[in-house]
Amino acid sequence: MARWREQVIAAGWMVLMWNLLWGRFSLGNLVGGLLVAVAVLVFFPLPPVTLDARLRPVALLDLTVRFVAELVTASVHVAWVAVRPGYRPRSAIIAVELRVRTDLNLALTAELLSLVPGTLILDVDRKAGVLYVHVFDVRGTGNLTRSRRRIRDVERRLLRAIGSPAEVRLLTSHPVEEGPNR
Amino acid sequence: MTGGAVVAAGAAGTLAVGGVAAAGAVAVGGLTGTGVADLLAGGCLLAGAVLSLAAGIGVLRLPSTVDRIHAVTKPQVLGMLLILLGLTLRLRNPADLGMLLLVGLFQLATAPVTAQMIGRAAYRSNGVDRELLDTDELA
Repeated sequence: MARWREQVIAAGWMVLMWNLLWGRFSLGNLVGGLLVAVAVLVFFPLPPVTLDARLRPVALLDLTVRFVAELVTASVHVAWVAVRPGYRPRSAIIAVELRVRTDLNLALTAELLSLVPGTLILDVDRKAGVLYVHVFDVRGTGNLTRSRRRIRDVERRLLRAIGSPAEVRLLTSHPVEEGPNR
Repeated sequence: MTGGAVVAAGAAGTLAVGGVAAAGAVAVGGLTGTGVADLLAGGCLLAGAVLSLAAGIGVLRLPSTVDRIHAVTKPQVLGMLLILLGLTLRLRNPADLGMLLLVGLFQLATAPVTAQMIGRAAYRSNGVDRELLDTDELA
């Protein structure tokens, strides 16, 4: 019963959050948090999320460091375009086929992408695993190829950090063809 | 319009706070541990305020709805995180730390979701400036 494991993990997170909100760890907060967590899980059941993740510390650190660096570059870039006088940024919408198929990892990839340079998810085709991405401040087609590669890089780093063994195997068995379309 | 004004006002307020914090730290002079922490805190608050301000300006100036969403997801999120970091360095109180951490986490987790919902709605209701669009593989 894998459902059990996920429920316990969710409850653990909620207890931790409850303690953080109160600002200190105590027996009372632990009990209160547990009561709240159980109530939430009983009264607001969520659709099952398959957790088939392996945490790989080194890859996770790599993902985090890169993410922070890209968040900074993205923010400065968008901020600069915003205040630059008389400049009108051009943009594009591209479809990128991903190799991730699990909902959780697809969601996490989309989350990370929304915070890195010039990309924003407009729509998701869950069945085909395709993300429709809005690219900000495009200058020519070379830029789009770069954006595609960057999106795949984010996906690869995420899978290396927390993907299931099967997903990591996909990375090597499905090298992605570089082309103007998909 | 008012949204931008609110962001700008908030940023101006934070600028003042950051300036005061930094000035206070410098006035202390001797580079003690707390002095350094205060100085860093002032720097973070300033940087966060500038980014939030830029995000506000972006919301006012960028050409289409979808472009504006870029402004409220990136500079806005980083600005917020920097302000939280500055507060952490300034308060140095474990009880507040948990709350600040949670605010940051939820900001990171929810901003992209909001952005995607608004982005999709904007795309479907022509919030994208076709004139400025190079390719569209969603059409």
